[in-house]
Amino acid sequence: MTEEVIRTDAVVVGAGPVGLFAVFELGLVDVKAHVVDILDRAGGQCTELYPEKPIYDIPGLTVVTGQELSDRLMDQIKPFGAEFHFGQRVESLERLGDEGFRLTTDAGTTLECKILVIAAGGGSFTPKRPPLPGIEAYEGTSVFYSVRKMEHFRGRDVLIVGGGDSALDWTLNLQPVAKSLTLIHRRAEFRASPDSVNKMFALVENGDVSFKLGQVTKLHGTDGKLSSVTVKGADGASFEQKAEVLLPFFGLTMKLGPVADWGLNLEENLIPVDTARFETSEPRIFAIGDINTYPGKLKLILSGFHEAALMAQAAYKYVYPDKKLIFQYTTSSSSLQKKLGVL
Amino acid sequence: MARITFIEPDGTPRIVEAEPGMTVMEAAVKNNIRGIAAECGGACACATCHVYVDEAWREATGHPEAMEEDMLDFAFDVREASRLSCQIKVTDALDGLIVRVPEKQF
Ligand SMILES: Cc1cc2nc3c(=O)[nH]c(=O)nc-3n(C[C@H](O)[C@H](O)[C@H](O)COP(=O)(O)OP(=O)(O)OC[C@H]3O[C@@H](n4cnc5c(N)ncnc54)[C@H](O)[C@@H]3O)c2cc1C
Ligand code: FES
Repeated sequence: MTEEVIRTDAVVVGAGPVGLFAVFELGLVDVKAHVVDILDRAGGQCTELYPEKPIYDIPGLTVVTGQELSDRLMDQIKPFGAEFHFGQRVESLERLGDEGFRLTTDAGTTLECKILVIAAGGGSFTPKRPPLPGIEAYEGTSVFYSVRKMEHFRGRDVLIVGGGDSALDWTLNLQPVAKSLTLIHRRAEFRASPDSVNKMFALVENGDVSFKLGQVTKLHGTDGKLSSVTVKGADGASFEQKAEVLLPFFGLTMKLGPVADWGLNLEENLIPVDTARFETSEPRIFAIGDINTYPGKLKLILSGFHEAALMAQAAYKYVYPDKKLIFQYTTSSSSLQKKLGVL
Repeated sequence: MARITFIEPDGTPRIVEAEPGMTVMEAAVKNNIRGIAAECGGACACATCHVYVDEAWREATGHPEAMEEDMLDFAFDVREASRLSCQIKVTDALDGLIVRVPEKQF
């Protein structure tokens, strides 16, 4: 891991619609931004939870799907050249006095910034933990929700549970390194891409992968070391399945996550802000979008956009303390149009 | 108007009134039924509104469509009677409906 530190004006935590529009508003006032999101793409809830669903209350757009809105926002902010760090979760926040902040991600990226914009929405998307009694004791040793190092699984009896792309992809990828690989799913249909499903069934035919219908109901093992699981089969009868490693893939849920540990005031997992600047209890730290709360707050994309605009005005004053900001329209200001690359 | 009985995870029956047109999930959330999280607000995108439909009502509530069946993969302890309550529309014909809320939604 390189120790190189990225220095920038602003870091935006969260690439949901509001974090994306923040890049636009900051860009108009010459504040450069880096954006971090745990997901591997932009759009937050819009692309993760409802990419195909219509949104009807974006001003000026009669109807737009979650995916389209995200794509359009990415297009709109392109001129500002923000850098994106996807697939990374911001873990820690360190105060550097008047200098600003240092943020570290779980992938080891270090960013230093003058202002921080928390656009973390409903929290970071995290894999769902199956409510199996005692599962916590196995996490990190025998139970994993993602694969960071394939080597970790070499020569082990691996059990994968689920029927989506993650479950199928890892079945295909880990089969060559694992001692044995079993895939368990509650039905014989899969949400995953047909190509992966076909490849999986080919491996089953060859005897390289074992596929069983059922649902895991119990874990067995000692000291965090899994030895087997109980599976309720399709016929309702239970059987025991040997497993040293379990990879459950049941989709994602939003958990506030590390933001809770950054020493900010929280009200029921939301960050209170003022409504003129959308600044938190701490100077230079802003919170916009679904993550914030104030009297009358509505969790709407529209409201988040407004919050981003006002936040950017306040952010400018920290980044350019000696300059005066002149209010301008994108319609008529040649300087704004230059920044947008349309002049 | 349809009366729906939700049997909460601890066995407590809760009877609520629902308007035709709303979903069973909405009726649950409006009445603070324990165990229905409905994180995605009814978009069939979270599987945290999972219920078991009482045997006698299985026909009347119908069967999950492909999208719901896919999303049920993300629910815990899925059974024959499993439905996502945001995908069941309340009608007058469902007056008397009984559903059980699973012990865990994830
Ligand atoms: C089904 C559904 C339908 C909806 N329909 C509408 C509608 O019609 N109109 C409307 O206005 N709104 C609608 N909403 C609400 C709208 O989607 C949200 O208000 C909006 O997504 C909030 O945007 P955001 O950028 O604040 O947060 P989010 O979209 O939640 O994005 C936050 C991002 O931050 C990331 N993140 C959080 N913490 C970290 C961390 N520590 N490190 C890295 N990344 C982190 C998360 O992974 C996430 O991608 C709907 C929501 C749902 C679920
Ligand atoms: S409320 Fe999310 S799937 Fe029903």
